[in-house]
Amino acid sequence: MSAKKKLKTSAMIASIAGEDQPTTSAPFGHALVEAAGKNDKIVGMTADLGKYTDLHIFAKAYPDRYYQMGMAEQLLMMAGAGMAREGFIPFVTTYSVFASRRAYDFICLAIAEENLNVKIVGGLPGLTTGYGPSHQATEDVAIFRGMPNLTIVDPCDAVDIEQSVQAMVDFNGPVYLRLLRGKVPRVLDRFEGYKFEIGKAKQLIDGKDALIISSGLMTMRAIEASDELKEKGKEVGVLHCATIKPLDTQTILEEVRRHPDRPVFVAENHSVVGGLGESVASLLMKEGVAVKFYQIGLPDEFLDAGALPTLHDRYGISTKEVVKTIEQHVAVNVN
Amino acid sequence: MSQTATASKASTVEALRKRAYNIRRHALRMGEVQGQGYVGQALGIADVLAVSYFHALKIDPKNPEWEERDRFLLSIGHYAIALYAALIEAGVISEDEIEDYGSDDSILPMSGMAAYTPGMEITGGSLGHGLGIGVGMALGLKRKQSTSRIFNLLSDGELNEGSTWEAVASAAHWKLDNLIAIVDVNDQQADDKSSMVLNYEPIADKWTAFGWETYRVDGNDLEAVLEAFDNALASNSDKPRVIICDTLMGRGVPFLEKRDKNHFIRVDENEWSVALKELDDVYGIQSGEK
Repeated sequence: MSAKKKLKTSAMIASIAGEDQPTTSAPFGHALVEAAGKNDKIVGMTADLGKYTDLHIFAKAYPDRYYQMGMAEQLLMMAGAGMAREGFIPFVTTYSVFASRRAYDFICLAIAEENLNVKIVGGLPGLTTGYGPSHQATEDVAIFRGMPNLTIVDPCDAVDIEQSVQAMVDFNGPVYLRLLRGKVPRVLDRFEGYKFEIGKAKQLIDGKDALIISSGLMTMRAIEASDELKEKGKEVGVLHCATIKPLDTQTILEEVRRHPDRPVFVAENHSVVGGLGESVASLLMKEGVAVKFYQIGLPDEFLDAGALPTLHDRYGISTKEVVKTIEQHVAVNVN
Repeated sequence: MSQTATASKASTVEALRKRAYNIRRHALRMGEVQGQGYVGQALGIADVLAVSYFHALKIDPKNPEWEERDRFLLSIGHYAIALYAALIEAGVISEDEIEDYGSDDSILPMSGMAAYTPGMEITGGSLGHGLGIGVGMALGLKRKQSTSRIFNLLSDGELNEGSTWEAVASAAHWKLDNLIAIVDVNDQQADDKSSMVLNYEPIADKWTAFGWETYRVDGNDLEAVLEAFDNALASNSDKPRVIICDTLMGRGVPFLEKRDKNHFIRVDENEWSVALKELDDVYGIQSGEK
């Protein structure tokens, strides 16, 4: 009897797309090229991660507007600030771990304190690589949430990314985008009239039995979980909160209050410490809204290395695990 | 040098000497408001600021945000008192602001911030930021095909910060001949002498090795500073320029020059008038004369 073959750690950036799921290749890079065609103030800058943040698409289209700053993230942020001071709209790219952990002071003082128009694009947010803690930005939102002036965007899929790029250009001020790159799933197409707007949460699915408030790729998981639970007779709503800061408190409160008996699950591709879950929890507490409240997120640990599907199961953020968590707290209909 | 040129240079130096005196005087008066502060640095860098603001920089005092201006970035936020003194002398800030220096709602906070003060280009103080911002601005100016230049005043202590060296390498890589770094080497940091805290000598060799056109002068010798700025700005090299200025903290006020550990000096209430008097004596000026 042969041992079961173990899943392998894929390349640095594993695709989060499921089998047969429609995807778009490098949506950020293509959307930036499109936006740059309409606005000559846009420049692209990177710290030796152009290829790995899909900025190479922009570099190819606009070589004279592309700045390779070297593997120097502090410099990247300072130079981005300098470019913005001269009236340009720099999109600066690196991995989320380096933006949040290494370059924090430079984003805080050189960019955010002066409210400069720099768009910080971080690849590998949360658990989107199997390379271990050096590359897994499980606490980037927690780090950035305390920074005044900084808007934090956590897109769900290629549709969100395509729309968020133009929205970031139209928005004056610093933004941190949690980038999904490579072959990125398209899931929001099915929601007719969906529009990404900075600062707005969007109801994707209505459901009276439970509500999932989610951001980033966990909205994709939430939709899949909702679909699956529907087959089992459960109606699970999904509120997509693509802007984590500033939080759309009005929509969240309205949605939660509409069915005050529904348990609320906040699902995020991030540590349960300091992210969307705690933002929503503190909002509900401050407003005196008492609901059953559960977090679906990564544990407050340095996570393992390995194959992404294994890790998503292990840490409870795969669709299968999301369904399981919800079923634990929502009475199952016995037909 | 012809006789006319010599006379002209002498009159330039004399005019700058008066500016440097006034900068020192404004700084001492601001120091007196708080009773303490980074007065030693201001006195030390006054000659360099006089040459910068009254010889090298292209600015419009009535329009500090003039697009075609040269940008002067103060990354050492605690030197704000020195830059305020220069901006007051240049007419960018009213002299009346001196009496509110560092007080509630003043436009002259103790550490320099862009949002508070006309002519303060960046928020400094988290050391190691200015030169990198300068790199981005210099790249931006080149994109705009602007002939404006970036000056960044940094300190020898700031050379401790790794981010400074990221910027040093980058400026040379991009051939930013529109970027001029000025390093104030007063050999003093918060804890001790810079050479004891973290020795960066030979400083000039390091900048040269990174690909910069390097000048090193006595930063309190006006003529030498003037010559270094002239040469740096006239050079046709495609390299960024650095002017390393060795200065003496407290320069112009002998009892402060001798004060130990003068990174953040305390001056007794009755000593401020002594300081102003000593400054006048050094310059051979009657009190208050400009």
